[in-house]
Order: sequence, then structure tokens, then C-alpha cells
Amino acid sequence: MNPLTLIVLPLLGAIATAIGPSSWARWTAFLFSLAVLAGSIVCAVQFPEWHTGRYWPDANEGSTLKAFGISMQLGGDSVNMLLLLLTTFMVPLTLAGSFSGITERHREYYTWFMLLEASLMLAFLSRDLILFYVGYEFTLVPMFFLISIWGGTQRRPAAIKFFLFTFLGSIFTLAAGIYVAARSAEASGVWDFGLASLTRFGCEQLTDREQFWVFAGLVAGFAVKTPVFPVHSWLPLAHDQAPTGGSVILAAVLLKLGTYGVYRIALPMAPAGAVELASFFGVLGILAIVVTAMICWVQTDVKKLIAYSSISHMGFVIMGLFAFNPIGMQGSIMYMISHGLSTGALFLCIGMIYERFHTKEMDAMSGLARHMPVWGTFMIIFTLASLGLPGLNGFPGEFLCLMGTFVAEHDQPAGYPGVMGPWFAVVAAGGLILGAMYLLIMLGKIVWGPLKVPGASADPHEHAHGDQGHGGLSRDLNVREIAILLPIAIACFFTGLYPRLLLDVTEPSAREALVSFPEHVNAYNAARGKVNPSGAKQSVTLMPSPTGSLPRLMIEQPLQVTP
Amino acid sequence: MSTTANIVERFCSLTPELVVFCGSVVVGVTGLSKSRSIRNATSFICTLSLVLALIAMAQNWGGRVSSGILLPTVSLYVGALALLMGIGFVALATGSMDRLYEDALSRGVTTFDANKVFRGEFFAFMLLSICGVMLVPGSPDLIWLFLALELTSLPTYIMVAISRGTRRAQEAAVKYFFLGAMSTAMLVYGFAMLYGSTGSLQFVHIKDALTAQAAMGGIDAVGTIGLIMIMIGLCFKMTAAPMHFYAPDVYEGAAAPVTAFLSFIPKIAGLTALLLVLHAAGWGTSLPQSLQATLWMVSVLTMTLGNVGAILQRNTKRMMSYSSISHSGYMLMAFIAGPELGLPALLVYLLAYGLSNGALFGGLISVERQGQEIEKLEDLAGLARRHPSAAAWIALGSASLMGMPPFLGFWAKLILFIAVIKAGHTPLVVIAAVNSVISVWYYLRLAGVPILSPAGPAAEGVVKAPSAWPRLAAMVFGISVLLLPFFLNRIMNAATAAARPVPNATTLEVQKATAVVIAPTVVDRTHPN
Repeated sequence: MNPLTLIVLPLLGAIATAIGPSSWARWTAFLFSLAVLAGSIVCAVQFPEWHTGRYWPDANEGSTLKAFGISMQLGGDSVNMLLLLLTTFMVPLTLAGSFSGITERHREYYTWFMLLEASLMLAFLSRDLILFYVGYEFTLVPMFFLISIWGGTQRRPAAIKFFLFTFLGSIFTLAAGIYVAARSAEASGVWDFGLASLTRFGCEQLTDREQFWVFAGLVAGFAVKTPVFPVHSWLPLAHDQAPTGGSVILAAVLLKLGTYGVYRIALPMAPAGAVELASFFGVLGILAIVVTAMICWVQTDVKKLIAYSSISHMGFVIMGLFAFNPIGMQGSIMYMISHGLSTGALFLCIGMIYERFHTKEMDAMSGLARHMPVWGTFMIIFTLASLGLPGLNGFPGEFLCLMGTFVAEHDQPAGYPGVMGPWFAVVAAGGLILGAMYLLIMLGKIVWGPLKVPGASADPHEHAHGDQGHGGLSRDLNVREIAILLPIAIACFFTGLYPRLLLDVTEPSAREALVSFPEHVNAYNAARGKVNPSGAKQSVTLMPSPTGSLPRLMIEQPLQVTP
Repeated sequence: MSTTANIVERFCSLTPELVVFCGSVVVGVTGLSKSRSIRNATSFICTLSLVLALIAMAQNWGGRVSSGILLPTVSLYVGALALLMGIGFVALATGSMDRLYEDALSRGVTTFDANKVFRGEFFAFMLLSICGVMLVPGSPDLIWLFLALELTSLPTYIMVAISRGTRRAQEAAVKYFFLGAMSTAMLVYGFAMLYGSTGSLQFVHIKDALTAQAAMGGIDAVGTIGLIMIMIGLCFKMTAAPMHFYAPDVYEGAAAPVTAFLSFIPKIAGLTALLLVLHAAGWGTSLPQSLQATLWMVSVLTMTLGNVGAILQRNTKRMMSYSSISHSGYMLMAFIAGPELGLPALLVYLLAYGLSNGALFGGLISVERQGQEIEKLEDLAGLARRHPSAAAWIALGSASLMGMPPFLGFWAKLILFIAVIKAGHTPLVVIAAVNSVISVWYYLRLAGVPILSPAGPAAEGVVKAPSAWPRLAAMVFGISVLLLPFFLNRIMNAATAAARPVPNATTLEVQKATAVVIAPTVVDRTHPN
């Protein structure tokens, strides 16, 4: 199946939604998103390179702009496929979740959503830097309108802040990318924006100083999108103000664009720069985990709390990525997927509450499990998944990220030395406890405790209706809402209980991304008087040595431990 | 080769310009006709002459004149661009000229008075201005260049004055005229100094003389000052930094179709003239450091002042004037990148800028209130509900101008950035990138207010303009902004072909054999008989 289909299909969906009658819009969009899901499943079944770390299809399509070597190269490796599946899985559920929440301008809403899916597909499938940028950047436009038309009371400033922050960051990404391409064209005489050749040129030919600036430029955009700690301030506002569907897709997929960019583009293209900045980002990761966990603690708005918890969780992903070993890398990919599932689902749950009671204040509600037992069950499952309970999807990723950080020392004999180490892991693990605390406090406030239904005291008649709920919806979740949450819950359990499926397919890709790192890390550490006793030569080998194959051992251990 | 034959050949090479000129004469007469249908035919005749000129250009009737500095292909590209955009500008202006007077006539309130209709003059001057732009890239000498630039500018002064019957238009025209005269004076002074330094008016000789001077240890003071003065004079035409200050007032005072025209046609004339002058000064090979530094400063100042200024505006036309200033700054970056990289980028950028700007103005012109164009940003609130197409073109134009992928403006900006980074001016690109972010602020407002804001009391009475032509033009501009990225390769090829390096004297013979007429002086130099 041609990957181009996966981009064209949502585009067709957008056109069909836009020209069709307004009352059909939701169903047109939903059916098209289901078709995209089916297409991506076909693509995943056909995908032959699950265990090799290679790209497929590997054909170089015709150049769209010959003068500068910008080409229509589409394809992906196992990580792209996973993110693709995450996107196509979440979009239909999000659309179905918007059916009752969106009450005006239906046609526009669903059109923007399909456009958003198309540009996400483009970003995840591009193997050309400019093409990636087009998809990456265009996600801003639909998201801007989703927030600023259907959002809360502060929607306009939230949307503008979101747009400006992301635009500011990503234009530096573009400039850094062009710089690498220009240097590469200088050396080879041919312009080529293909990610494969740019990456090869970047890590092999650029000087350390150039790599530093290239990495800083590339990461500037990705850090805003992820978001990394000091540039996160757009996120809580955007999440808080966005409609439920917008929040879900923002948390589940859009944030992954940032970490995907770091994983696929920034790290492999400028490894020396990455190593130079690794401890800096390690500290930022820890700050994100700890500081935002504390911010979560004082939130009274559930949606804002979940939004801040996203930043905290992304801190783990950043730590894992900058550990420079397959354990951390795989952990962060794992965590990206599971965060997409559980946080997306949490936003859906909050949206369902908001549609019924029109409030997100924790003080206004309490003990809702008695009022809505089905909803309560789902809420508890997803919250536990989010705080990393073993057996649910949050745990393997979180654990592997921390473990990767823990073993990322300069004298790591397994061939993947790092610049962080136990101290980073220990401090970050402290954030885990904080995370468990604020999430459990949230559960305690709204799910358990004495029953207090929002608006009940102000309007006793409405409550007296008994089974009849609020906002035209049934008291507890209806069939549609259960059908939305159930697949996500199953996916959460599945990835939590059998993470091996994901870990097996991401390992080759992670090793591929790390090829040039041990050398750079050793050089960096040696310059600071920390010599790796196992030497640099051995560490360049891709496969672990048969005797001391620590990474493989370490990856398999948690698998056996997990129930 | 006899002189008479030369002159005839020269005249033949100007067929497209002559067609446009004839069109302007005819239009000037028909616009004054007592018959309403003939008056209404004015803009059709206008379009017809532009289309005929395009055909003449495509058929290469009589070949193209060359300055011997720039290739005839540049003149082809710029000429075709001016003609194509000209057709759009005619469509934008149709319907708004003499609107109220024609209404009064048709209601029988007044009788026809030839002194009160301006349509003929307006379109005649528009055609003359386009004709002037077409003449600029082919200038063989300073005199020709000066006349071509004035032919571009002088009509625009009058166009501003007669575009609306308000005092503000008059005020804008007077301001524009006096400041324009001042800039022209600087330009001529610069020309004189350049002549003094090199002893020739011919660009080919100037180039030789300046190259010789540069080889001897740098262009002399008189020449350098002359070049810088010329540049500053040209800055007025392209609304670049030290001479940009008139633009907001003039753009605001003029009617919106004229504003659209002003933000493109004089600008392209100024940029092309700068191309010629820089080529003569050894652009890309031996350009003096002082000129390079001046270009750098002008570019950075222009884009920053433009973008920062635009943020503060609540009037759409003022905002667009600052936006146009900032785009001049971006385009000046192409000059810093040098001819080989920068020229194709500049040509592509001109196309993208013209189309996106046209789409935006088309959206603004296709709505009105009580026969008056709308100016305030608040007037646009809720436009998407009432006139979705107008809102869509405004949003599309803004998105393209801010450089949002995948629209045409993004690709033009990308190509420009690539060229400048390749030329080794990464800091300049970083400044431009920051500027792009600043520009997002006001373009978002421009695109967002029509779609997001509910229609308040300020937006009452905004209706669709009666004439369908501006709407049609906006649609064509908008669709090309959307679809042209798919033909980017062809555009890029055309621009690169237009911007090939100028052949040296030995290959000029080959050029002539392929039916391309080279300036007589150049031919004379290769045939000393």
C-alpha cells in the first residue's frame, strides 16, 4: 500500500466534509478517519521491516523541486509505523468524542480535524526534511482554529500563544536544517534534503562546533513542541482552552511530533551537539518532572492538572532520549505511545464530565464514582496508567527511561556510555512519587469521597430527575462513550502486560539512531577526564558483544518481571 | 550596421511595450465617452491590450531588448510578471472607479460631464506605469533607466489622487509626489556622480570602468557615493528602509485597488533597477564592501521596521503597507546573496509576493460598506459567516505572506533563505526568521478577525461589492497561491533560466544569432567597423 494514500485519504475527507451538508459532516469525517485507520493497518501488516530498523518503502520518488533536491520521499521505519498507528487510532475516537461536545459550525470543525490528520500523516511519513517541516508546521493552522473557534473563554490568547511559540521555535529548526543542507551541498555539489543523506552528512562531516549550533537550532523547535520545561508555558493554556477533541489530539499526537523530531532528526544529525547539551537537557528533564509535578499539586482545574502532568511525563521522554543508550531510547518511544493513549483518554474522560456539568473545577465535584460508576472505572484505569502502575502501559516506558538514565555513565562497559548516571535517575524517580501523589489526590477528590454533583445544590430539580443526566446526556456514560474509551483501555492493558511487542520492534531502530553516539560520548567524557575503560573502538559496534551484552540483558529483565 | 536600421530594430524589439502604450491611448479616449457601454468597455480594452502584449512577448515578436548587463530573459520574466499581475490589478480596480458618479448617472440624478469621470485617465495611467516597468530591465544606459523609472512612478502619483474623491487621497498624492520628487533628485544626483566617476552613461562601459577601478584598488569615492545615492533613491521606489516612511500614509489615502498596485508595480521597478545598477557595480564579483554593508543594513532595517510597525496598526491598508515594507526587506536579502543564488530566489519571491498580496487585497476589495471600501480591522469581524470567500482569500493571502507551508509564500521564502544561507549569511537568515515570527502576530490577526470574531456593531452593513471582477481576481490569485507550489519546479526553472550569468563579449555573437537583439552599443563594441 502506497503511503501517499494515507495522506491523500484524510485530505479527500476534508474536502468531502467541507462541501457536504453540515448535518453529514461528523459522519463523513468519522468514516474517512476509519478508512485511514484501515489503510494504516493494511500498511502495518504489509510493513516488512518491523525487526530490521530499515525504512520501507525505500524508493526515491521524483523530485518536486530539483534545484534544491526537495523530494516527495515517503516511508518509515518501525517507530514511524507505531506513531502512525497511534495517530490513526486516536483520530476516529476523538472525532466520535466530539459528536456531543461540538454544537456549532460542525462542518468547519470536522474539516479542520481531517486537515490536521493529513498533515500529521505527512509529518510522520516524510523522509525529506522540508516535507516533514510542511506537515509539522501545517498542524498549527487546524489546531489554531480548533482552539480559537471552539475553545473556552480565553481561547483567543491561548491560540495565539500556541501559534507564536511553536512558530518561533520551528523556524529555527528550519534554519538549522537548511544550514546542514547548504553545507552538504557545498561538499557534494548536489542539493538534497533527504533525511537519510542529511543525517549522514551532519554526523560525519560537520565540526563539533557546527553540530552544537545545528543541534541547538533543531531542538529549539522540537523543545517548544514537546514541550521541554522552560518553554512549556503555552501548553497548559492551550489545553485548558481547547475543546475536548483538540486537547486529546494535542496531547496524544501533536506533542509526539516534538519528541519524534528529536529522535529522528536532531539526535542523529548532530550527535556531537547532542552530547554537549545532554546534561543540560537532563537537568531540564528533571526540572520538568519535579517542578511541574509540584505545579500539578496546586491545580484546582482537572484539565489543567492533566495538561501539566503531560509536561511532567514528557520530561521522562527527554531523559530517556538523552541517555544515549537503547534502553532509554526504547523507553522513550514506549512512553510516547503510552502517554498518547492514557493522557488522550484522560482528556476524553474530563471532556465527558465537562459536557455533563460544564465545569472542570475539582472543588465543585466529588465522589462521582457513585454517580457514574462506569466513568469512574475508566477514569481510575487511565489515571493509574498515567502514574505508571505496573501492568498498565505507563510503567514499562517510565521504568526504561529511568533505567536508561541510570546506566548512562561514562564507564558503561556495554558499549553505550552516557553523560548522566544514577544521580539523574534518582532525582527523576523522586518525581514519580510526586506524580503518584497529585494524580491520586485528584482521584480522591473527584472520583471518591462524599457525593457532590456539580450544580446539584444550585438546581435541585435537575438532580431530582434521577437517571436523566445533564446536558442532554445520560447520567453515566452512554454506549458511544463506552465504545470510545474501551478500545483505549484495552490498548493500555495490552501494552502494559505485553510490552515486548513494542520493545522488540523499536530496538533495531533505536540502535540505528545511536550508531555514532558512543564515539562522541567517549570523546566528550575524555575531554573532562572521564576515560571509558572499555575504549571507544568496541563501542562503535552495532550488535552487543556476546559476552558482556548488558543492554540486551537489561531490556529483557523488565519483560520477565512484568506480570 | 547603420544607425537607422538599429533604431528600427530597437523599436521592433519594444512591440509589447508599444502595444501597452497604444492601449493606454485608446483607453484614455474611451473612458471619456458619453456612452455608458463604451465607458464600461474601458477595462476590457485595458485587459485586451495587456493580453496582446503578453502574446507579443510569448511569440517573441521583434525579440527583446537587452541592456548588455542583464540577459533579455530577465526582462522577459519581469515583463511577463508585470503584465500578468497588471491584468489582476485592472480586475481589482474595475467597478470601484467612478462608482458613485456612475450610480448617480444611472439614477438620472446628474447628467454626464466629461470633467467628472476619471476612469479613462486612471486606466491609461495604470497601463503607462506597467509599460514603464517593462522598460526598466532592458535599459542600456542611465538615461533610459531614468525615463523608465519615471514612467513607472509619475502615473502612480495621479492614480493616487484620482482614485477616490476624498481629501485624504489628495493629501496622500501630494505627499507621494513631493517625496517622490526628492527621491528622484537623489537618484539623478547619483547618476551624475556615477557618470563623473566612469565617464559613460552606458551600463556596459560603466561596468568595465568600475571593474577596472575595483581592480586598481577600489571604486573611487565619487563612484561609491553615487552608487549609494542611487540605491537610496531606489529605496523610495521599493519602500525600503530610510525611504519607506511615506508608504503608510500614501497606501492609506489611496483607494484599495491603487494600494494593491502601489505595493507591487513600483516595487518591482525599483528592484529591477537595483539589479541593473548592482550588476554594473560588479555584483557577485567585485561589489564594494561599502555597498554590501549598506545593502545589509537596509535589508535588516527594512524588514524589522516593517514588521514592528505593522503590529501596531488597526487599519488594514496601513498594516498592508508595513507588510509590503517588510517584504522589501526580505527581497533585499536576495541582493546580498549574490546574482547566482539570489537572482532566481528574488524572481520567485516576486511572483509569490505579488500573488499572495493580490489575493489578500482581492479579499479586502470584494466587500464594501455603502459604496465605500472598508478599512478598519473591526469591520472585518464575522466576515467568514457572511462572505466566506472573501474571508478565505484574506486568510490564504496572510498565511502565504507569513510563510506558512504549504502555500506559495513558504516556498519562496524557503528558496530565499536557502540562497542566503548558501551565500554564507546565516546571521541574516536568523534575523529574517525572527522577523517572520513577528509578522505572524499581525497576519494572524488579519486572517483571524474575519473567521474568529463575532460580527460586532462595527461590522454592520458590510456587503459584497457589486462588481464581480475583484472577486474573480481574488479567486484567481488565491487559487494560484494554493496550486502553484505543485509547479514549483517549473517556476524555479524559469527563474533560474532568467537569471543565468551574463555571457561575456565573445558569446554575445551567439546571443544575436538566436534572434535576440542586444543593445546597439554592445553590438558595436563587438563589431568595431
